[in-house]
Amino acid sequence: MFSRGFSGRRRSADVEKRLPPGQYLTTDFPVLSAGPTPHIALEQWSFTLEGLVKSPVTWSWDDFLKLPSQTFTVDISCVTKWTKLDTKWHGVSVDRLLEGVEVDPAGRYVMAFSEAGYTTNIPLAELVNGQAFVAYQFDDKPLAPEHGGPARLVVPHLYFWKSAKWIRGLRILERDEPGFWEALGYNMHGDPWKEERYTGD
Amino acid sequence: MIAQPVLEWQFGQVTGITTETPRTKSFRLALPKWIPHRPGQHYDVRLTAPDGYRAERSYSAASEPERIGELELTVELIDDGEVSPYMHDVLVRGDQLEVRGPIGGYFVWDVTLGGPLLLVGGGSGVVPLMAMLRHRAAQRAQIPTRLLYSSRSPDEVIYRAELDALANSDTGLEVDFTFTRSVSPGWMGYRRRIDSSMLNEVVRPLGKDVRAYVCGPTSLVESVANALVAMGLPAERVLTERFGPTGT
Ligand SMILES: Cc1cc2nc3c(=O)[nH]c(=O)nc-3n(C[C@H](O)[C@H](O)[C@H](O)COP(=O)(O)OP(=O)(O)OC[C@H]3O[C@@H](n4cnc5c(N)ncnc54)[C@H](O)[C@@H]3O)c2cc1C
Repeated sequence: MFSRGFSGRRRSADVEKRLPPGQYLTTDFPVLSAGPTPHIALEQWSFTLEGLVKSPVTWSWDDFLKLPSQTFTVDISCVTKWTKLDTKWHGVSVDRLLEGVEVDPAGRYVMAFSEAGYTTNIPLAELVNGQAFVAYQFDDKPLAPEHGGPARLVVPHLYFWKSAKWIRGLRILERDEPGFWEALGYNMHGDPWKEERYTGD
Repeated sequence: MIAQPVLEWQFGQVTGITTETPRTKSFRLALPKWIPHRPGQHYDVRLTAPDGYRAERSYSAASEPERIGELELTVELIDDGEVSPYMHDVLVRGDQLEVRGPIGGYFVWDVTLGGPLLLVGGGSGVVPLMAMLRHRAAQRAQIPTRLLYSSRSPDEVIYRAELDALANSDTGLEVDFTFTRSVSPGWMGYRRRIDSSMLNEVVRPLGKDVRAYVCGPTSLVESVANALVAMGLPAERVLTERFGPTGT
């Protein structure tokens, strides 16, 4: 059944093929987060890899900036329906970070954790091989607090709530556990191309 | 983890359309598979063109869960938008609208959570707050509550008559308006963007144990939430919902 009198706002074929189902193109950068934006002093910031690793590792802000970094240009899709194409970030790939630890072979899932208690779960296999990074610049400028600065995880192939803002570390787990939104009815996986928005999608 | 129901798409019949302001309309839908929502939750609306092309957007429930079988949505017209102009200019009574929900378990309030309750809204950000107020009234709850509602001008206030009636009949509820562009002649109230001193005045009678819900354009939500935290409210009691892009 279709919606009487609806034809839709079409984009060029090039753009449409990059929009996952149910998503629309935006050119600005909407802000969505649960609660007030934390403002984090860089001297107090750190990033930790913990959980099922041989010995956990923590980087200070200064140390983190010394890690080999790259520029990533990716499309991002928010579960609130917008998609933004060709966003430009700079940061450290999760592959580089994992070089600093020895992951227990039983560790197959990751809980990303942030300032102020936000968490989100991602299979480890979907963070490696160039699929995810921790970004501290957006569009050549320091990442603004409302967009997750000083640093956020970016996992472009999953809905953007998986790209935890104000990231403080990754915890390697044996089993998949729901994070903040996942416990509130959002999908455990969150692939926009399969429209995995909510529980059971 | 609370078991989450799987959300199914369903067609609701439009049973009534109300013009709230020159730029907002409310739509009442009869839902065949209605389930009660928690005030603050939203539904997804999906439009499908004859060739299968689809657009989806989220709209907060404006109705209270006590209104069994019915869902009310209140939609602001965005001129160059895709979905809101369809709702405003094409949809008529008797049409079918495809929706699924309720969605979201974070920006929610019901009487079991108690108060005191501070609601701060800008523009169409008042919609989920209205669901909370309607629910509070339906439950005859006495929880001390204040709504601070920012609009550009008096004719853009959504639910004005109902808000005035609720505030007049209920000593536990106070509603404050502020206007950022123009006011009616003789207006004695606030006439500026929400700032810390305004929030201080509104929060003081409720005390610092308040549970705050802030909804509207991003710029309003950012500044109000930051100000509330700076006033000493714990960040976990300041709940926010940011509508749409970078805001007005
Ligand atoms: C959880 C949630 C709940 C929501 N609840 C409501 C609700 O109860 N009532 C309601 O009216 N809206 C609500 N919204 C916003 C709604 O989902 C749509 O974003 C809005 O209706 C615009 O859709 P559109 O298709 O008309 O415009 P689009 O085609 O999406 O946008 C067209 C243009 O308008 C801009 N734009 C989009 N939204 C706004 C805005 N709010 N103000 C100014 N410019 C804008 C866009 O950046 C774009 O340039 C909610 C959003 C979320 C995420």
